[in-house]
Amino acid sequence: MRDVAVIGIGETQFGELWDKSFRELGIEAGLKAIEDSGIAAEDLDAIYVGNMSAGKFIDQEHVSALVADYSGLADQHLPAVRVEGGGACGAIAILQAAMAIASGMHDIVIVGGAEKMTDVGDVQAGAILSATADQEWESVFGATFAGLYAMMARRHMYEFNTTREQMAQVAVKNHKNGALNPHAQFQREITPDMVLKAPWVAEPLSVFDCAPLSDGAAAVVLCAMDRARKFSDTPVRILGSGQASDFLALHDRRDLTTMDATVVAGKRAFHAAGVTPDKVQVAEVHDNFTITEIIAIEDLRFVKKGLGGMATEEGETALNGKISVNTSGGLKARGQPVGATGVAQAVEIVRQLRGEAGKRQVSNAEIGLTHTLGGTGATAVVHLFGRMN
Amino acid sequence: MTGGIVSYGGYVPRYRIAPKAIGAVWGADGDAVGKGLNIRAKSVPGPDEDVITMSVEASRACLARVPWVSPKDVGAIYVGSESHPYAVKPTATIVAEAIEASPVMTAADFEFACKAGTAAIQTCMGLTLSNMYKFGMAVGADTSQGAPGDALEYSASAGAAAFLIGNERPIAMINHTLSYTTDTPDFWRREGQRYPSHGGRFTGEPAYFKHVMSCAQLLFEKAGTKPGDYDYAVFHQPNGKFPQRVGKMLGFSEKQVDTGLLVRDIGNTYSAAIMVGMCAIFDVARPGDRIFAVGYGSGAGSDGFDLTVTDHIKELKKAGRTMADMVSDDVHLDYATYAKYRGKIRMREAT
Repeated sequence: MRDVAVIGIGETQFGELWDKSFRELGIEAGLKAIEDSGIAAEDLDAIYVGNMSAGKFIDQEHVSALVADYSGLADQHLPAVRVEGGGACGAIAILQAAMAIASGMHDIVIVGGAEKMTDVGDVQAGAILSATADQEWESVFGATFAGLYAMMARRHMYEFNTTREQMAQVAVKNHKNGALNPHAQFQREITPDMVLKAPWVAEPLSVFDCAPLSDGAAAVVLCAMDRARKFSDTPVRILGSGQASDFLALHDRRDLTTMDATVVAGKRAFHAAGVTPDKVQVAEVHDNFTITEIIAIEDLRFVKKGLGGMATEEGETALNGKISVNTSGGLKARGQPVGATGVAQAVEIVRQLRGEAGKRQVSNAEIGLTHTLGGTGATAVVHLFGRMN
Repeated sequence: MTGGIVSYGGYVPRYRIAPKAIGAVWGADGDAVGKGLNIRAKSVPGPDEDVITMSVEASRACLARVPWVSPKDVGAIYVGSESHPYAVKPTATIVAEAIEASPVMTAADFEFACKAGTAAIQTCMGLTLSNMYKFGMAVGADTSQGAPGDALEYSASAGAAAFLIGNERPIAMINHTLSYTTDTPDFWRREGQRYPSHGGRFTGEPAYFKHVMSCAQLLFEKAGTKPGDYDYAVFHQPNGKFPQRVGKMLGFSEKQVDTGLLVRDIGNTYSAAIMVGMCAIFDVARPGDRIFAVGYGSGAGSDGFDLTVTDHIKELKKAGRTMADMVSDDVHLDYATYAKYRGKIRMREAT
């Protein structure tokens, strides 16, 4: 198996981008990544696209060929692959592309992630997101995505005395980081009080406990490590990856306060990379709701089970804390264009490891992690990235 | 241009409902919603009121101020609304009969979301400036609908305003008018749908603000004026925040915007909104006062007007109630009574 490096990154602005279409966003991110990598389009061997639900959001399926076409690559007849895995699709696309390079099948591959969510109304968008839960056993009975995560939050509060104030600190921290990210949807800091007094979405989650609906795209160029130096002075190595699945419906899971898919994917990734969680300085974890980040940092073994809320409250996950979590602002503040999420997380980690994160730069970032979820945790993907010295 | 507004009349139903009373039913903090929208209460039409009755009230109030105008000289009546009681059958003909302007005249209903009334003003200007008719009556009226539980329910209210347009003894000269129109679907209701749909935050920046700002800036250019030249500024007021913000963005002071900002106490009266605001300004305006008015209708467009109040305003007969009288004459309803008045309760059909 060959080592794989990230040699190019690109992302669009995230937000309610009413004047930009899905294809415009995808192309913008892709071209930025290609330009950043220094390759020519002719160097590409394949295209992978992470996209959750273009069919429902914009009535467009077959977005793999669409992206190839509108990137001006149609006449190169590259294999173009669309990957779907709920919110994890971007991260899975990276894994699939990395595997194709590691296997020797391809040398240079671009991975894009994109979602255009604001062409439909808020209610419809919520219903589309809920389709990543179990339609027959959850959504059809009225369980919304927020409602399911609210149950996890309630149980976490019951078992570990996690408080709303601690969950609010996740939102406050991520907005603070988002304020330093010019691509973020929300670049304004918020106060704990704003979170606590905001209207309920699903008690105990208020509006500010939830990530927004967003438009946006991100892309990375992956390259076999033995060729990476030819294009990039600052290649970032994919140290190891892990993906895992779990019961689709929340009620079938072993435990509401742990996502076994995250635990397993994390173990696989750390094992493959040969590192331990305490070696990670910067992580982008899935924070579609504030409780999700708390559960994630526990399941990834950055903190002990049950102490995620307290660790957040004590600033351990703040920028340049014990481990800097969601320096981009996370899904909460950078935004949540679902298909783009996993790729945007990788873009942020590569930026951190290159030392190009500006005001939100984590000092001495050597190893970074991305953690991406599909549904309510039925899919989890963890990637570990390392700076090349 | 030499034409202008000859008289005006406004009407607001006396019933009100507060955001708190609405929020209590839907599990929301109504006070917080009201604060966010800068709305203390919205008007509710009584069970026997609709766009026709309110248009008649406003038109009669308008004519009562100018007894020297014969209704027979009103050659055109246009009623702008998105809540005409009939899908097919004009509101304007009933208004015409009620004010005794019929039958040698023309009448029609207009629809352009919240700016159908100002579109009617411009149409009447053309007809009177060309001397086709002596006077035209432009009415904006709505009993607007917000779906139960929707954000719009906190603001969608009822009201009407009628302006008599003509060249004789105008109380306010329309020095300049212009419109800014694009196809921007921020708010709509399809045939057969009971409640409108809206694009959430899309109704803000790319819709309201883009059109109002663009129209206002073009109007400044055309008139060769700046905010400081005006005594009053009034804008379409879907809530209390948007017009205050747009006023600030354009360089108007809070004081200039305040007089016409009725939305805080009566909600968004849609086609009547900017016109009842203008009525409130005429209630207190003095000769020489300059008024800057820019309306907005979803779909989308803005009509802008640069007005100068004339000496004729002193000749208006003190007839009827002022807008301040109507705004302060309030009877608050609970949600159940409001639901009954708004026809949200399905009654047994006659057998």
